[in-house]
Amino acid sequence: MSLLRRFVNFITVIFGVLLLTFLLIHLVPGDPVEVMLGESASSADRAALRADLGLNQPLIQQFCSYLSKLAHGDFGQSIHTKTPIIDLLKTRYPATVKLALLSLIIGLVVGVPLGIYAALKANHWQDFIVTIVSVRLSAMPAFWLGPMLMLIFAVWLGWLPVSGMDSNTSIILPAVTLGFGLSAILTRMTRTSLLEVLNDDYIRTARAKGLSEKTVILRHALRAALLPIITIVGLQMGSLLAGTVITETIFSWDGIGRLLVESIEKRDYPVTQACVLVVALSYVVVNLCTDILYRLADPRVKFGG
Amino acid sequence: MKKFATSILIFWLAAVLLGHLLQLNPNAIDLNVILNNPSANHWFGSDDLGRDVLARILSGVEVSFFVALVVTVITMSVGVFVGLLAGFYGGKVDAVLMQITDVFLAFPGILLAIAFAAVLGPSLTNLILALCLTGWVSYARLTRGQTMSLRNRQHVLAAQSLGASVPRLLFRHILPLLASVLVVEATYSLASVMIAEASLSFLGLGIQAPNASWGTMLRDAVRYMLVAPHYVLIVGGCLMSLILAINLSGDYLRDKLDVRKED
Repeated sequence: MSLLRRFVNFITVIFGVLLLTFLLIHLVPGDPVEVMLGESASSADRAALRADLGLNQPLIQQFCSYLSKLAHGDFGQSIHTKTPIIDLLKTRYPATVKLALLSLIIGLVVGVPLGIYAALKANHWQDFIVTIVSVRLSAMPAFWLGPMLMLIFAVWLGWLPVSGMDSNTSIILPAVTLGFGLSAILTRMTRTSLLEVLNDDYIRTARAKGLSEKTVILRHALRAALLPIITIVGLQMGSLLAGTVITETIFSWDGIGRLLVESIEKRDYPVTQACVLVVALSYVVVNLCTDILYRLADPRVKFGG
Repeated sequence: MKKFATSILIFWLAAVLLGHLLQLNPNAIDLNVILNNPSANHWFGSDDLGRDVLARILSGVEVSFFVALVVTVITMSVGVFVGLLAGFYGGKVDAVLMQITDVFLAFPGILLAIAFAAVLGPSLTNLILALCLTGWVSYARLTRGQTMSLRNRQHVLAAQSLGASVPRLLFRHILPLLASVLVVEATYSLASVMIAEASLSFLGLGIQAPNASWGTMLRDAVRYMLVAPHYVLIVGGCLMSLILAINLSGDYLRDKLDVRKED
């Protein structure tokens, strides 16, 4: 796909994401204002909220003003606390990014070496065990792994705090919960792509000219084998971001995912809308960056090709 | 191993039927046995309202199977239809349809389902609706790719030159060749829909009390983890066995039907 086409695709996807999140509030069955304020609200309050959300304008006009507000960094305000949503995002988003980055590091640090190990021991029992664990347990959802880790390391062993954000070690359990799935996928990918590369001619050449096995693996094979890893990491950032919703809820981690769940419980739809939008946009941008990075890293894949 | 997994799956299906025959009452409250350990009367112990965990597990898995089946059938039908059209016609039709799927794919994982379930309000129907709205995309992508390569096969071209109509080409000549790929995909999606349903229920957006769902049970179990660790272990263990069984059965089917899953 050419750079231009990729860019056009990026713009249309962003537009689609904006449109879909905008329409969310209109999917509320019945009157969204009544759902949000409850039946006991006075009619003056309702009219005020309706005017505030612009719900009495034509749909197109609402969408345009939604876009123009967003362009000015105005996400509206929370219905319950009346705080501007942008302020909520400013405190919550960094917490999520911190969690996601740490789990990414865990995924890489655990996954890639394990994958190399499994590839080097291909078809031995070590490989078999690593593969079984990575293939099977990666299918387990965060709301399963989270409580299990919590039970073992916080309740039984008492090594780590159960939940919250009070101590420095609080981030460990949620990060491991999130990073585990990623590390399993990375193990699998590293193993497969390393095994593929190891059969290539240039590896045979490298071996033939007498290089040590370590040099062959680390300098020649791994370099090529790591390329697909970039794509996988990029694609997995999406499930990582979505995973934060569940993981943050389990471990009471005050990130954007928990903000989303809280806003849903309080029927604070403007906040819900903003959270969905921010997470989706982060994902789209990460994907675009991955794409560009991949093309830069692999000279065979070129823009405009 | 894979055959063993299939038998676990069959075991769960049988357990659901058995639960029906025994007429267990998953919602019967007994305040004398709150959070009790497993015993002869309550094999899996009891929950925070003294309800029998085993009965609730069985009732929960039934709901889970039901949701997974309904969602899989609907998403597969819609997705396959969209994919067939996009793959067969190509050009502008393909571009527009794939742009729409791109937008849906731009939302990470379960986020969109959470958003839909949140605004629609928690109920079984809305849960199914939310999962359907997001689930069709992967089928559309898969079918489109396959259709594009199949539409130039000799037998399709032959049928076309004999004057077969487009629906006939699509449903008689192309779709049957997709069957094995779709069956395998559907098996995996059963597991992922079950996980999605449990995730939504875990967040309070799915099955509502007093009805049992593994997601809500797990949420309650986490709440009482300190006093009754057996609860979270049992629900977690059941969930793991079922998900693994379905995924391994998917592998078994894939090997049997000789389908190479494209990553």
